[in-house]
Amino acid sequence: MPNLLPARATQQRLAIKKVASGKSFWGHARYVLSDNPFTLVAAGLFTLFVLMAVIGPWIAPYDPLATNVGPTLQPPSASHWFGTDSLGRDILSRVVVATRIDFVIALSAVLASFVIGGLIGACAGYFGGWLDRIVIRLTDMVMSFPLFVLAMGIVAALGNSVFNIIIATAVVNLPFYIRVARTEVNVRREAGFVEAARLAGNGDARILLLHLIPNAMPPMMVQVSLNMGWAILNAAGLSFIGLGVSPPAAEWGIMVAEGATYIISGEWWVALFPGAVLMLAVFTFNLLGDGLRDLIDPRRRT
Amino acid sequence: MLLIAKRLAGALPNLFGIVLITFLLTRALPGDPAAFFAGGAGSQEAVEQVREKLGLNRSLPEQFWIYVKDLARGDLGQALSTGQPVGAEILSRLPASLELVLASLLFSVSIAIPLGIAAARRPNSWIDHACRLVTTAGVSLPTFFTGLLLAYVFYFVLGWAPSPIGRLDPYLSPPATVTGLYTLDALIAGDVKLFFAALRQMVLPVLTLGIFVLAPLARMTRASMLSVLSADFIRTARASGLSTTSVLVRYALRNALLPVVTTLGMVFSFLLGMSVIVEKVFAWPGVGSFALEALVASDYAPVQGFVLTMAVLYTLLNLAIDLLYVVIDPRVRLGS
Repeated sequence: MPNLLPARATQQRLAIKKVASGKSFWGHARYVLSDNPFTLVAAGLFTLFVLMAVIGPWIAPYDPLATNVGPTLQPPSASHWFGTDSLGRDILSRVVVATRIDFVIALSAVLASFVIGGLIGACAGYFGGWLDRIVIRLTDMVMSFPLFVLAMGIVAALGNSVFNIIIATAVVNLPFYIRVARTEVNVRREAGFVEAARLAGNGDARILLLHLIPNAMPPMMVQVSLNMGWAILNAAGLSFIGLGVSPPAAEWGIMVAEGATYIISGEWWVALFPGAVLMLAVFTFNLLGDGLRDLIDPRRRT
Repeated sequence: MLLIAKRLAGALPNLFGIVLITFLLTRALPGDPAAFFAGGAGSQEAVEQVREKLGLNRSLPEQFWIYVKDLARGDLGQALSTGQPVGAEILSRLPASLELVLASLLFSVSIAIPLGIAAARRPNSWIDHACRLVTTAGVSLPTFFTGLLLAYVFYFVLGWAPSPIGRLDPYLSPPATVTGLYTLDALIAGDVKLFFAALRQMVLPVLTLGIFVLAPLARMTRASMLSVLSADFIRTARASGLSTTSVLVRYALRNALLPVVTTLGMVFSFLLGMSVIVEKVFAWPGVGSFALEALVASDYAPVQGFVLTMAVLYTLLNLAIDLLYVVIDPRVRLGS
């Protein structure tokens, strides 16, 4: 029995080999990357961001919450690279420290919708029948809302907290994961290796978890990486309009909102730096997502 | 005609779902909905009063029925902050939001489709690379940030754009209301100066929204044009000596347009969602900023009304897209 799953893996490897003309997975990776060098840049940036999220508080030059570490509303200078805000806080420190909260929100939201959506979708695709119909109906219902508006409504109803932002972002993304998992499981439900596993005496749960869900992983992973950038945008957008993370905490969306009042009077640095870093983070994820998609699912390459 | 009726009927379950979810958002969640509707500072009596009025002491299905009945009468509750009925308030602010969203759509479509076609005609040329850059950068832009940046550059530094506040210069009075869209109304009234004044106010917010949604549209146009252009019938059309424009527009584009129209659905979702943020940035007096003001005051009825309005709007727009399919693709018309 342990050989039923690797059968497909071998098949996939064969297919990859054909593309990369006799090379291994890494050969294929190199082949795909050489076509799109941006992915490498994105991988470098991604490492940088992860590093910032992990050790941010230790490398920030000042305390991100301490006021009056410098004169208020100072333009960028040698001692304050990104300048200071209206309370005299160091913007560079705040931008660096904010990485963690934004990444935690996006990552946990995406992870939650990945796990929950994957399981629901897989069950719906595998069992079919009324369960499938209900799941489809529910996803359709969620998708008939503009996503950001629904997220707003959820946070407004549940209450204003970081945890609820994560829930809202996860709920809004659920339908996409459910759909991917459902189709992936559905097309293989009657496949030979599934029948074989069934004949060998495996239960439904075992077949789903060990034979079908692993096969749905590649497109699900692509969905995850394409989704991360959006999740960060969503979280920052919600805090920009005053939901979720609340001041004085350092978070990119809030910092841009705080800077919005000053931009009209010419103090551009208050909003520019957090906004630019946020943009770079989303850009990184989008590039990485495209790269990963090229790597895993060449047919969808555009 | 029958087909249109069928599509309309198909949207009904969707509408029901929307009403159900907006209802559940307030009632089935932890916490006391009466306290929600009474607002953050509501006293004990106010909360009790609201509970009585909303029928919150009854069963959930009964409450849903009351909610639906209220909706059918156009009653979305009262805004605590203004004391005005939410329905009327949303209706009076809706044209401002619609003007913004529709103009952004027009802008992004008129840029994205030519850009996508140009990129697809010459893959890996400079215009293709430009297209790729625009599409990847476009979806990465936080709308609130682009909006601020544009305001800084074009208002503060260059001084080209008017002060980024509201729909019209405070010294001007809005045109007589026909559609509620200032630009259209000004044209109807024959006031060209007013038209340009309204247009000038719109440029920055429309650019902000438009750049964001340009990306998925251009990307889809390019991908879909690429696959159509490699089809046999295009080769045949070219071989028959048809002009390039004729091949591109009448043969290729019409076939390539279907997936693009499908993408429009997603684009609307983005546009409606992001319009909230853009309205906040540019102090645009639309439904989004109305909901945000209420949100700050923990006034839930306007927020609920806003979510419902946006969802209904989105459904209607999707319905319009469905109908557009019928126009573009004869297979849809003849097949069903």
